[in-house]
Amino acid sequence: MSSPTAPEALTVTAERRVVTTAQGDAPEKDWVIVTRGITRQYEMGGEIVRALRGVDLAVRRNEYVAIMGPSGSGKSTLMNLIGCLDTPSSGEYWLNGQQVSKMSDDALAQVRNKEIGFVFQTFNLLPRATALQNVELPLVYAGVSSGERKRRAAQALERVQLAERMSHKPNELSGGQRQRVAIARALVNEPSILLADEPTGNLDSQTSEEIMRVFESLAAQGQTVIMVTHEPDIAAHARRVVVLRDGVIASDDSADVYRSSRSGHGH
Amino acid sequence: MPLFEAVLLALQTIRTQKLKSFFTMLGVCIGVTFLIAVVSIVEGMSEYMENDLVGKLIAVNTFEVRSRPNFTPGNMSEETWREFQRRPRIMEQDIAPIAAALPPEALWAPMSSDGNIAATTLTGRPKAVQAYNTTRTYFDIKKMGVTSGRVFSPQEDAMGSLVVVIGKDVKDHFFENVDPIGRELRLGNLPYTVIGVAESQGSALGQSFDKFIVAPFASPLRRLTNRQRGVVDAVMVKSPTEAIMNATMADVGEVMRSVRKLRPGQKDNFVLETSSSALSFFAKIKQYMLLAGVVLPAIGLIVGAIVIMNIMLVAVAERTREIGVRKSLGARRRDIMAQFLVESTTLSVLGAAIGVALGAALAKTIAAVTPLPASVALWSVIVAVVVGAGVGIIAGVYPASRASRLDPVVALRSE
Repeated sequence: MSSPTAPEALTVTAERRVVTTAQGDAPEKDWVIVTRGITRQYEMGGEIVRALRGVDLAVRRNEYVAIMGPSGSGKSTLMNLIGCLDTPSSGEYWLNGQQVSKMSDDALAQVRNKEIGFVFQTFNLLPRATALQNVELPLVYAGVSSGERKRRAAQALERVQLAERMSHKPNELSGGQRQRVAIARALVNEPSILLADEPTGNLDSQTSEEIMRVFESLAAQGQTVIMVTHEPDIAAHARRVVVLRDGVIASDDSADVYRSSRSGHGH
Repeated sequence: MPLFEAVLLALQTIRTQKLKSFFTMLGVCIGVTFLIAVVSIVEGMSEYMENDLVGKLIAVNTFEVRSRPNFTPGNMSEETWREFQRRPRIMEQDIAPIAAALPPEALWAPMSSDGNIAATTLTGRPKAVQAYNTTRTYFDIKKMGVTSGRVFSPQEDAMGSLVVVIGKDVKDHFFENVDPIGRELRLGNLPYTVIGVAESQGSALGQSFDKFIVAPFASPLRRLTNRQRGVVDAVMVKSPTEAIMNATMADVGEVMRSVRKLRPGQKDNFVLETSSSALSFFAKIKQYMLLAGVVLPAIGLIVGAIVIMNIMLVAVAERTREIGVRKSLGARRRDIMAQFLVESTTLSVLGAAIGVALGAALAKTIAAVTPLPASVALWSVIVAVVVGAGVGIIAGVYPASRASRLDPVVALRSE
């Protein structure tokens, strides 16, 4: 197998083929996400919608990946599957060495708790809870004791420069601050992947830049980040861009293309 | 999530929705209020019956030999009543064998009594009194002292002198501003001399126990208290200790059977009435009252449960997104289930707690403005809180399980 070089577009594509050939086997340790021909279909108004038609995606530890695609391309479905909120109709999904595609609801909940940190477009903070309490939530479900929880939640808020806003409720915070609270909440349980769904969709461009800088610095610290977006400008911050179209991967490149042109959707 | 934190979370949620929470609790609250109030009043009445009413009429460690019970249930059958009427009465000649069967320290006194004896003085209005013909031992058995004057002397007892000890109400009626000792009270056209005023015996259910007069057993008053010659209403016996009370009763029972010449197998045609046997009829009434006191609030609790279930279903619908978020952060089904169950249970226990306070206050208010007594029973408080929790759990199961089964993808998408 190839040596673990920086995930340049071509080598990634080559390596993806390598790891996905061994159907049914656990991928090598370095691969945090491996999907093998996953599909997802569901019924809607009597019609069968095939949202994903066989996606092979492999993501290495420490990668910073953007998933793009027009609406209806299946990127939300893929993100739900990667986030273990949903299970594929067929195919395999290996997350951090565990096959999660056939897990029960409760087992998936535990995987979400330990392995995944979600950042949503609408922040999804609990409105009646303070920033600190919001950040504590994943630790509550991980069964961490109250004192330890407060300590770790405060630490996570410090990482996103919100130490002095801990006791504020979401409606007392700006949009950018809210999203940073959400990022702190996503990070607090030290997940394998940070999964962001249109993280700047509800923010103005200046605040968007501020949030992207947070993601960048997290990626620089070695955090695996996967970001779903339809904005090329935002995708350009990632190091690798996967474009979905009609439920399959249309392209899988280095983000350089977006950085130079800042226009167009893939190829 | 630890239970304590879950309860705190529930309280926080309840606090942010005060009005809604209040209406949610109302059903349980009203149900528990009436449960506590009714049970308190029934308990209060029964305590009153035991300690005051019957307890005062039949003293501690005391039984009365009677031909039929003095305290009878209201729903006595025709047949029982006829059997009671056929029974031979207690005769004066029965007294000696009974007395002979008693342990030496036991006290005994024959007694006849009638409630409608007119007493009068030359000047005052006449008054109906409860009249007793008995011996001076009666005062010892009843532990009844005098506030002024004295009780009968043995000589007065033996001679059947025309002397009376009067109750406080009788004194207040006839001798309000004068010393009654030595004054005359006419009973059946004979002049009796007042020799003592008894201590107040209190009252129960608005009925005073001080409207009585006591005259020596052999005094002519006995022709009024018991019109059949040689007949006595009862022989009162006070056992020296509680321990030998039953043995004493058994001995007296044997003596009565032999006096009555009853064959083995024949039923007693007399009773040995104690305060507990007198209370047995009340116990039956109490059962019915408690049943009503439990069934009616139960209706309130069922309504309360339905209200809670509905509100919880609304809460689940309103908080679908929150459920989605919690699930995305790692909440398992049982975590979501527990959250909503704890919330509904906290609501309902809170309602029950308010109901306990309101019920106790209601009972005390009723006790204050009516002659009905009230006493809040600990068991009713425990039952109320346990039932409150039960209602919350039962009402919460369905909404909570619906919440726990929500698909996180769908829940996160809801607005």
